[in-house]
Amino acid sequence: MAATNTVVRPGSTKRSTSRWAPTARKLTPYAFLSPTVIVMLVLMLIPVIMVIGYSFMDNVITNKNPVFVGIDNYVEVLNDPVFRTATGNTLFFTLVSVAAHLLLGLGFAMLLNSPLVGNVTKALFRVVYILPWLFTVAIIAVLWRLMLNPNGVINYILISLGLTDKGIEWLSSPETALLAVTFINIWAGYSFYMVTLLAGLQGVPADLYEAARVDGASAFQRFWNVTLPQLKPIIISMSVLDIIWTSQQFALIWMTTGGGPVNVTEMLSTYTYKLAFSRYEFSVASASAVLILLLTMVLAFFYVRHQKARD
Amino acid sequence: MSKEARFRRGITTAVAAAAALTLITGCSSGAGTDTSTSSGGDVTIELAQWWEPELPDGALRALMDTFESENPGIKVKLLSGPYASTKEQLFAGAAAGTMSDVVGLDGAWVSDFAKQGALADLSTLMKDAKYDDSELASTIKVDGKTQMIPVVNFVYPLFTNDDLLAKAGVTAPPSTRTEFETAAKAVTALGDNTSGWVLPLSSEAPNGIQNDVMSWVWSSGGTMLKDGKPDVTNKDVTSAVDYIKSLNDAGVIAPGSATMKEQDKVEEFTNGRVGMMIDSLSHIDLIRKSNPDLKFSISAIPAKDGFTGERGIPYASWGIGVSASSKHPAESWKLVQFLMNEKTNSKLSTLANAFPGNTKSVPDFSSSDPLFKQAFDIYSKGKPANEFVGLPVAEQLMRLFDEQLQAILQGDESVDDGLKKAQDAWVGEF
Repeated sequence: MAATNTVVRPGSTKRSTSRWAPTARKLTPYAFLSPTVIVMLVLMLIPVIMVIGYSFMDNVITNKNPVFVGIDNYVEVLNDPVFRTATGNTLFFTLVSVAAHLLLGLGFAMLLNSPLVGNVTKALFRVVYILPWLFTVAIIAVLWRLMLNPNGVINYILISLGLTDKGIEWLSSPETALLAVTFINIWAGYSFYMVTLLAGLQGVPADLYEAARVDGASAFQRFWNVTLPQLKPIIISMSVLDIIWTSQQFALIWMTTGGGPVNVTEMLSTYTYKLAFSRYEFSVASASAVLILLLTMVLAFFYVRHQKARD
Repeated sequence: MSKEARFRRGITTAVAAAAALTLITGCSSGAGTDTSTSSGGDVTIELAQWWEPELPDGALRALMDTFESENPGIKVKLLSGPYASTKEQLFAGAAAGTMSDVVGLDGAWVSDFAKQGALADLSTLMKDAKYDDSELASTIKVDGKTQMIPVVNFVYPLFTNDDLLAKAGVTAPPSTRTEFETAAKAVTALGDNTSGWVLPLSSEAPNGIQNDVMSWVWSSGGTMLKDGKPDVTNKDVTSAVDYIKSLNDAGVIAPGSATMKEQDKVEEFTNGRVGMMIDSLSHIDLIRKSNPDLKFSISAIPAKDGFTGERGIPYASWGIGVSASSKHPAESWKLVQFLMNEKTNSKLSTLANAFPGNTKSVPDFSSSDPLFKQAFDIYSKGKPANEFVGLPVAEQLMRLFDEQLQAILQGDESVDDGLKKAQDAWVGEF
């Protein structure tokens, strides 16, 4: 067998490549990350920083030479009674929606996971229950506007059953509008919980239930001591995410009530939108948006902390 | 590491870096785009508007082709979108200095664009082109500068459902407020979910305040302004709001008013659930298509009893302006001039089922709905009125008034208190 003797001359290409190899090795991960980092910078970080900057100016976009006004815009927003109304409405809308999403989602998930229901029935109900999640917000808004119309199906049924003698103005009456939009949001969002919790339920080991049965646990005790603890991480994650998503709900409110009547369904999102695109007060709108960002960041902090604790 | 592996690593690093570079250049290439271009000696100007989707297919492009053949060396690029998108696009363009050369405008936007300095002074362009503006029906000025010319106007008369009114024993469309109230009560009394009148007050699209509320003020020769400033506590507005409240208390307004939008209003009328509505003429085709059996008439909006003056009739315009940042203002003006000439304006108004912005133009009624001819007579006898045109944050003013009107109709506050609050809110916006 002939041995090959390779002579490496000083300054050869190979040595040059070797010299750059460690640098290239170090740079490669960053090069791969760079498209994402640039997208995040351009589409997320820079706009957020710009909006924070705008919130300290007298007005931007419509004003060519804006001047720094400190926290004036924040003071204006916080002193605006409509902002306080919007905060209260958002709180009600979010908390009721999230609680109802959880209860309905868990209830339907347990129903679909029950051995008492046949496979065909399960498949049928799975389709029926998941339907609301398949519609876009625009469809949901139009659908419910038609159904809740004073001359719509819901009122027709109520009148036919003798529960009311004339059509109720569900979305137009200050007494019912907030409840109506909250109901629509609950209808539109419980499916997501249901699907996720169903997956969680299917992952609960059967031997835990068997052990509980052997110990003489009732159905409620099995639910309380086995099902809920097993689903707890999913429930917490879902709830925090849902609070963030629901508190930012804009399209549904805008397309059903527009924040009316008389601000009873005004949310932080619609309030901010009106400031920007109706009053063209982009700086005040930015201040409002930053306040919402801060509230959301508090929730996001708890979510991330919870996820870290899980890991 | 083998030579091959090092080579592969080098290649992948290069590909990743190239991807990042492409992304950067991709993101940056959109900035600072010149909206008008010159190629091969031709000047291309942009016309951003929402009209093309609302006109018959290819109609606006055909007009542009005529313009291009009459003005060699100038090409027109149409940027078309729905009304709301056009508004947002123009605002973004105005802020970034990339507004299209010629822009379709709504009277409600003019003041805000003018405040941004986004629109060119058309008086200067007219002067430079030695244009005689005596044929123009109207021009919209802000701070003494002409910012918009209404190209065509859409009027808002009273629509009445002939069958419902006849069934209720009303033989002719009402001409006075008392007649209107009587007719509305008679139609509502028919039962079966019918209402006399429909009033859209959605705060998402608060133009009901302009078209369905203030029209009662203007039709009786009233005003909501004094020396260009808010004056909604005056007797004209108070009387109109009192009247609307009395209609509401009488239960003749269709339910669901607070969240109803213009399209809901048209739908209620088309389905024969309301006897009367104030609406744009442009919806006649839609109503006929949706319910071919519906028999309806149009008439002037009722005025106060005994009013003999000239009746104001609300209108909305397709207005036009030139961007202050246009690199081709002379060519842009030529396009405006073309759209406003007698022949083109007649054609455009016929196509749009609207009334011309040139006083000499006459729409061709030969193939249009007979109601258009009737509407043109109402329009010619009355006075186009829309005091929101040219006001700052016009949509917000409508929304602020809307909130107070809703509170008044709900019985949460008196007419005087509501109007006082509306006045204060309006003054704040001015």
